[in-house]
Amino acid sequence: MALYSDKVMDHFRNPRNVGVIEDADGVGEVGNTVCGDIMKMYLKIDNDIITDVKFETFGCGSAIASSSMATELIKGKPVSEAMQLTNKAVAEALDGLPDYKMHCSVLAEEAIQNALEDYYKKKGIKAE
Amino acid sequence: MKIYADNAATTKMSRAALETFVKTAEEFWGNPSSLYVTGQKAKEVLEQARKDVAEAIGAQPREIIFTSGGSEADNQAIRSAAATGRNKNRMHIISTAFEHHAVLHTLRKLEKEGFEVTLLPVHENGIVDPEELRAAIRPDTCLVTIMYANNEIGTVQPIKELGAICREKGVTFHTDAVQAVGHLPIDVGKQNIDMLSASAHKFHGPKGVGFLYVRKGIVVSNLIEGGAQEKGRRAGTENLPGIAAMAEALKEAVSGMDENAARLSALRDRLIAGLSKIPHGALNGDAAHRLPGNVNFCFEGIEGESLLLLLDDRGISASSGSACTSRSLDPSHVLLAIGRVHDVAHGSLRLTLGEDATEEQVDYIIEQTAQVVEYLRSFSPVWRELTQGKRQFIL
Repeated sequence: MALYSDKVMDHFRNPRNVGVIEDADGVGEVGNTVCGDIMKMYLKIDNDIITDVKFETFGCGSAIASSSMATELIKGKPVSEAMQLTNKAVAEALDGLPDYKMHCSVLAEEAIQNALEDYYKKKGIKAE
Repeated sequence: MKIYADNAATTKMSRAALETFVKTAEEFWGNPSSLYVTGQKAKEVLEQARKDVAEAIGAQPREIIFTSGGSEADNQAIRSAAATGRNKNRMHIISTAFEHHAVLHTLRKLEKEGFEVTLLPVHENGIVDPEELRAAIRPDTCLVTIMYANNEIGTVQPIKELGAICREKGVTFHTDAVQAVGHLPIDVGKQNIDMLSASAHKFHGPKGVGFLYVRKGIVVSNLIEGGAQEKGRRAGTENLPGIAAMAEALKEAVSGMDENAARLSALRDRLIAGLSKIPHGALNGDAAHRLPGNVNFCFEGIEGESLLLLLDDRGISASSGSACTSRSLDPSHVLLAIGRVHDVAHGSLRLTLGEDATEEQVDYIIEQTAQVVEYLRSFSPVWRELTQGKRQFIL
């Protein structure tokens, strides 16, 4: 039995949407002080649609894979839908994570929410 | 290229040890405690193994107790000295902060049972200062337990000097020598060692077997109650194939030790020199007083588990002290003990070479590690902040 599912390994080996968006409309950064992972998400939003998303992650295989998967799940989606993204959905899309790695998916959910809150703040809208 | 560079975790059984294992299981399957010939033949194999193991560390055969491995030996040694100490109302134990958990967790339990434990600092170089040991010994100290060589950073302690201080002060000295036996020359007499733990699978023997050396005159209490095996000090029918194979592996390791150590040390230094060229990385532990095959680095701005997974993709098996590689949430206690902060300790890489390592393999490891570190840094937010001056470089 491998440590991670094939999906996790695929997203870890070939992470999607890696990088930075210099003129991002929303930026979110979260750090899990427990194990030291840090995730940063950049969003480009046009007409309430997430047109582009990039991430940077300092962390283990599942943290990188969770970031990558989360970006795929919200890209092209309306902001309201992205706001509903849960860590469970990220983990499920990766065909599961080991129990002790579930916090990596929580990190991805929080990073996206932070980035969306940043977007709302910049626009002067209060997040629901 | 396939390179197994995690020999501190376990080693592959040698051909000779494997053959001895099978032969013993096939031909000497009797119970060494039985009085008929089949049993007595097994008993002979057992006692020959005891003699061989004793000889390898300069001990007497009766001073060797076979155990299920290093952890059991550590537990038994510490528990025995503590029991003796309690009887004499000496309930203080000295150890170090970077011991194996088999030692640290046993000590933690003893603290709950009323013992007081002093953990000596191991400094930035990962080496205990004998004078600090001398100063820490009290009239009620019953045991000093300090590992021979560290399992993560490979630093080798001045065992002979530490033992001499204990001898002078009349305190029992135990050393967890799991990483040293079969790799470094050991003479328990000359090195003033009272008790020593070893594990077969760290020197190309089988798993599930090890031994505890206990100097004659030191009282041992047993962890496992039952039959009279091992002179009543460890009950349970002996794991004869394992014990015989361990003795065979140890004989082999000792006979090739000087040559292997010289060759491996040169490869280790080549690996250290190569990895030192990666910017913002640093060797963990003293460069000179170090196990022949051990290399341990921290690389800033990356995390160890992702480094290991990508090295594995490239055929290299290694390990890391990152929290993410374990189920615990803290990075290696060894790296923290030598003063590495959490952020840096997460980016650690341990490579432990085996006797069959080659220069070509070492060069491949250097090249691949450099590539993977650079790749992981390319999308690390921590690395970005470091290079933009928003965060201070530590290494």
